[in-house]
Amino acid sequence: MANISFEEIVKPENLVYKKTELLTDKTLSYCPGCGHGTAHRVIMEVIEELGLEEDTVGVAPVGCSVLAYEFMNIDMTQAAHGRAPAVATGIKRVWPDKIVFTYQGDGDLAAIGTSETIHACNRGENIVIIFINNGIYGMTGGQMAPTTLPGMKSSTSPYGRDVDIMGNPLKITELIAHLPGTYFVTRQAVHTPAAVRKAKRAVKKAFENQRDKKPGLSFVEIVSNCNSGWKMTPNDANKWMEDNMFPFYPLGDIKVDGQMVK
Amino acid sequence: MGDLRLMKGNEALAEAAIRAGADAYFGYPITPQSEVIEYLMAEKPWERTGMVVLQAESEVAAINMVYGAAGAGKKVMTTSSSPGISLKQEGLSYIAGAELPCVYANVVRGGPGLGTIQPSQADYFQSVKGGGHGDYRQIVLAPASVQEMADFVKLGFELAFKYRIAVLILADGIIGQMMEKVELFDPIPRLSDEEVIAQNPWATTGKKKGTHRRIITSLDLEAHEMEEHNKHLQAKYKVIEENEVRFEAIDCEDAEYIFVAYGSSARIAQKSVQLARSKGIKAGLLRLITLFPFPSKALQTYCKNGVKGWLAVEMSAGQMVEDVMLAVKGCAKVEHFGRFGGVIHTPEEVLHALEEKVIGG
Ligand SMILES: Cc1ncc(C[n+]2csc(CCOP(=O)(O)OP(=O)(O)O)c2C)c(N)n1
Ligand code: SF4
Repeated sequence: MANISFEEIVKPENLVYKKTELLTDKTLSYCPGCGHGTAHRVIMEVIEELGLEEDTVGVAPVGCSVLAYEFMNIDMTQAAHGRAPAVATGIKRVWPDKIVFTYQGDGDLAAIGTSETIHACNRGENIVIIFINNGIYGMTGGQMAPTTLPGMKSSTSPYGRDVDIMGNPLKITELIAHLPGTYFVTRQAVHTPAAVRKAKRAVKKAFENQRDKKPGLSFVEIVSNCNSGWKMTPNDANKWMEDNMFPFYPLGDIKVDGQMVK
Repeated sequence: MGDLRLMKGNEALAEAAIRAGADAYFGYPITPQSEVIEYLMAEKPWERTGMVVLQAESEVAAINMVYGAAGAGKKVMTTSSSPGISLKQEGLSYIAGAELPCVYANVVRGGPGLGTIQPSQADYFQSVKGGGHGDYRQIVLAPASVQEMADFVKLGFELAFKYRIAVLILADGIIGQMMEKVELFDPIPRLSDEEVIAQNPWATTGKKKGTHRRIITSLDLEAHEMEEHNKHLQAKYKVIEENEVRFEAIDCEDAEYIFVAYGSSARIAQKSVQLARSKGIKAGLLRLITLFPFPSKALQTYCKNGVKGWLAVEMSAGQMVEDVMLAVKGCAKVEHFGRFGGVIHTPEEVLHALEEKVIGG
C-alpha cells in the first residue's frame, strides 16, 4: 500500500468534523469520559449555527464547570454558587435583545440555587437554562446531591442514600415544568452519538425560542455521568446511568411551546 | 434652580436613581426602606427613562441581579436594611472581586438578628471593614440629610464607575423615614447601548468577531495570580484613600473638644456643639461623609491644632470609635458615646457624655 502523506489526509475535502470556533483550544479540565465537555460542545455548536455568538452572554456556575468560561469562546460571567439564574436575569433585563444562558450542575441549580431557579422560571425570564444532572457533587469530591438516587452511594451517603433520613431526590425539572413561566422543558443525554444529536436539537430549540422572544424560559436538563464521583470507568458509568438514572429521570420533552406533553 | 420637593429620604433615593440615569433597580422589601421600591413601582420609570425595576425573590437574588447587570456594563442599584444587607454580603464580595460598579444603600435598623425596625448605626464594621469574605473595600458615603440621600446616588454612580467598585450609601432609619426639603438635580439621560459598550470595554455585552472575549469573574485558582489581583485591588483602594475623602468640619477651628459623627448622629451632635458653646465649652463637630476612605488626615490636623479630647458619637456600642483611635494615634483622649439597639440619643445626652467622659474624666 502506498504511503499516504499527512497533507493528503487533512485536505479540505476529507473534512468530516471540525471543532467549533466557539470552543477555545484550552485543554478541558474535566475527567476523561465526563459529559460536561460534550455538553459544552453541543451548546457552542448551536450558538455558532444560529449565528448568535456576537450577542450571547453565558453564565458559568460553581461546580466542575466553574471554568466553563475558559472553554466557551464568548462573553461569560461567573456566578456565585446557585445564583446563575439571578445573574442571568440581571443581564437579560438590561440587555433584552441579547441571548443569555446559564450552565449549571444539580447541586448548583437544585440545592443551593433552588430559589433562584424556581423564581427565574416562574417569572418567565426569557433565558435558557442548561442543567447538567449527574446525581452528585462532582467538584467537591462526590458528595450527595439533591438528585442522588435512593440507595446511591456518595461520600456523604457512604451506605447509600437513605430517603428516611436524607429525603428523596428532587425532580426539579418536572417541578418547574408546571410553572406558567416555562415555555420549553426537556430532558436529554449526551452519552451516545444518537443522544447527542437529540440533545443538540433540543438545545437549538431552546436558543431559537429565546431568539424569537417566545414567552418564557427554555430549560434543558442533560442527565450526565460523573465517572469520578461515581467511582466507575467511563463505560461503566454510562451503562449505570442508562440502567439507573434514566428510569428515574426519563428522557424526552416535558413541555413544548408552553404546553405539557408528558 | 433644580426641582424643589418635600420627600422622605427613601423616596429621595428612588427619585435620584431615576434622575441619575440608572438602568435598573433590583430590590426586596424590608422596613425601614420599603418606600424605595414602592416609589419606583408607582413612578414607573420604565415609561419615563426606560429604567428596569424588579422585585426579586430575596436580597440574595437582588444583589446577584445587580452583579449580572453591572457586569454587563449597566448602571444598577439595590437597597435594603440590615438583615437584608447581611444576605447581600456574598454577592458584594463577588462584586469586589470582579470589580463591578454599583450603588447600594443600607437604611440601617437595630440588630443583631431581626433586631428592631428603629434606626441604628450598628452596621459600621460590616460597611467599612469588608462585610463579606476576602480582603476588599467599598466606598461608603454617609448622608446626614434627605438632600444628601439624593445627591449621593449621583455621586455614588460617578465614583462606582470611576473605580469599578461598589458604593454604599450608609443611611439609618431616621434619614430614610424623615421628610425634608430636597433640591433634586437635573435628570441625566441613560446611556445608549452604544455608549455603554464604548465606555465599558470590560463588560459582557457580546463578543464581536475578531475581538477578545470578556470574562466577569472573581476566581483564579492560581494562588500567585490571585495575590497579584489582590495587590491590584489594594492599590486601587489606596488611590481612593488619597483622593476621595470627604468630611465637613463645623466649628472646629478653635475647638478644644471635637465630636466625630456621621449621619443622624452628626445632626444630633451639631446641636450638642451649640449647647456646649453656649456653656463656654469650645466644641466642634467633624462630620464624616466618607467612612471609607476614613478622613484620618483631617483628624490628625486637628490633633496638631491642640485638640484636648475627642468624642465619637454613634448609634452603636462603639464601632467608628476604633477608627478614630487609629487615626488620632493617642494625641488626645478618645471616648465613645451612643445609644443603640434602636434608641436615639439626645443632644443633651451627647453633651453630658462630653463633660463626663472627656472633659471631666
Ligand atoms: C457558597 C458555597 N458553598 C459551597 C461551595 C462548595 N462547592 C463547590 S462546587 C459544589 C457542588 C457542585 O456540584 P454540582 O452543582 O452538582 O456540579 P458538578 O461539580 O457535579 O458539575 C460545592 C458544594 C461553594 N463554592 N460555595
Ligand atoms: S468530577 Fe465528575 S462531573 Fe466533575 S469533571 Fe470529573 S467526571 Fe465530570
